[in-house]
Amino acid sequence: MADVQVLGRRPFGVTARRDAWWVEPLVVFVVLGSFAVYATWAALQGVHYSHGGYLSPFYSPELFGDSPHAIFGPKPGWWPLWLPFSPAILILWAPGGFRFTCYYYRGAYYKAFWADPLSCTVGEPRKRYCGEAGMPLILQNVHRYFLYLALLFLPILAYDVWNAMWFANPATGATEFGIGAGTVVLAANVVCLGSYTFGCHSFRHLVGGGVDCLSGSPARHTCYNVAGKFNRAHMRWAWISLFMVAFADLYVRMCAMGIWADVRIL
Amino acid sequence: MARAIFSIWRGDQSGGAMQDYVTEVSEGMVVLDAVHQIQAESAHDLAVRWNCKAGKCGSCSAEVNGKPRLMCMTRLSDLPLDEPVTIEPMQAFPSIRDLVTDVSWNFEVKTKIKKFTPRPPDAADGTWRIAQEDVERVQEFRKCIECFLCQDVCHVLRDHHLHDAFIGPRFLVYTAALEMHPLDVEDRLADLKEAHGVGYCNITKCCTKSCPEHITITDNAIIPLKERVVDRFYDPVRRLLRVFQG
Ligand code: SF4
Ligand code: SF4
Ligand code: FES
Ligand code: FES
Repeated sequence: MADVQVLGRRPFGVTARRDAWWVEPLVVFVVLGSFAVYATWAALQGVHYSHGGYLSPFYSPELFGDSPHAIFGPKPGWWPLWLPFSPAILILWAPGGFRFTCYYYRGAYYKAFWADPLSCTVGEPRKRYCGEAGMPLILQNVHRYFLYLALLFLPILAYDVWNAMWFANPATGATEFGIGAGTVVLAANVVCLGSYTFGCHSFRHLVGGGVDCLSGSPARHTCYNVAGKFNRAHMRWAWISLFMVAFADLYVRMCAMGIWADVRIL
Repeated sequence: MARAIFSIWRGDQSGGAMQDYVTEVSEGMVVLDAVHQIQAESAHDLAVRWNCKAGKCGSCSAEVNGKPRLMCMTRLSDLPLDEPVTIEPMQAFPSIRDLVTDVSWNFEVKTKIKKFTPRPPDAADGTWRIAQEDVERVQEFRKCIECFLCQDVCHVLRDHHLHDAFIGPRFLVYTAALEMHPLDVEDRLADLKEAHGVGYCNITKCCTKSCPEHITITDNAIIPLKERVVDRFYDPVRRLLRVFQG
């Protein structure tokens, strides 16, 4: 192919754009960065992650741990002494990896954290570029496997909502059905995470996007259309679910620490 | 009548500079009208490519205030006229003169994409039957007017000049239209991964934001193609399944 000789490239940060192009990457940097810091901090705490029937989504499923939600009992004896233990670090890599490799977030953080480019038509800092065509970013193609894991988390988090509907009666000690503000928070979290997950590009591909003719399989066609609806709002659900999952952890944490008092609705 | 300043890039492949022109602007004018007015009044040799003035031929692509735009569809009333309006040629292609760039690379790229190859006809009279819902997905891609604004804004071409390794968003849309067509039986996945360089796209969606036809380039064309490439080349389970399925 003929060698394409274009005019020179603009230096880093230089653009002819007049609008406040730097606002979007800055907001992404601050919000995503704050979420990463909060999630890491919360995951490493190892305490205040459950309150009665409530379990923080950062800690669910609790494989090993000290709360009544733990499936296999307390911290295993084989856990190396030098390694800090928290039930969250056993599982949080899965939803974390799902978000990290999400097509939407990739585009957003390549801009905000790696200036590749900072914003459209703004000069870039580096000359070398191989995008997702070579190592290490070619590994982003693992995304669909994180999707499979994320799909497993949804029923687990839905089961947590069920658990959050049972409260101990302080007078009798018996367990009774009820709904608290925490139940609503955990339920809203599952709805948001579900809306985010069902709009995943790999999900849309899996349920029908990978084949050209869906007219012969109406069920797949419906799934594809529904995934498409969620997919068109994927960016919105990515942010809403990010806030919601952090807030759900914060809510349970604050209640567990006795700072917030959970309100019983029913 | 108000006057406005237009800062227009003048020059060719050997170099150039922005030059200011003042002209009267009136209600309903678009950037291309202002350029033509300047051409008539004070810059008779100003080179500009245009044709339909209706946003349908894709000839008048340029960068207005740093954003890839069709000049004939960019209203002056949408731009701040209290400061000079900058008009530059597309940056991802060689300059011919002033606002005119050499976009022939795009047509060379197109010839390298495997052509539409339909399955054998469905009926004895040599015709096919397609369900409407099966063809809907690719119809969006057919709106493309080949303005190449998406190619211009894509940093892989614009900043990294990887014209030899990456076909660019326009031709990923074109390939998607063929690859997802219900009648097409050609296989372009190996080309997409290697010669067409779909992996170079880092999904920053600048192409989608610039498309005057509002084609959802990244989400509906490029990412689905990336997923198909993953199916074929990167997903170990799919590979295993293919072995068992023969
Ligand atoms: S999304 Fe991909 S093809 Fe579109 S501008 Fe960005 S890198 Fe280029
Ligand atoms: S996809 Fe859109 S931006 Fe790209 S060439 Fe076609 S019409 Fe222009
Ligand atoms: S979760 Fe965003 S693309 Fe899969
Ligand atoms: S002149 Fe045809 S698109 Fe502008």
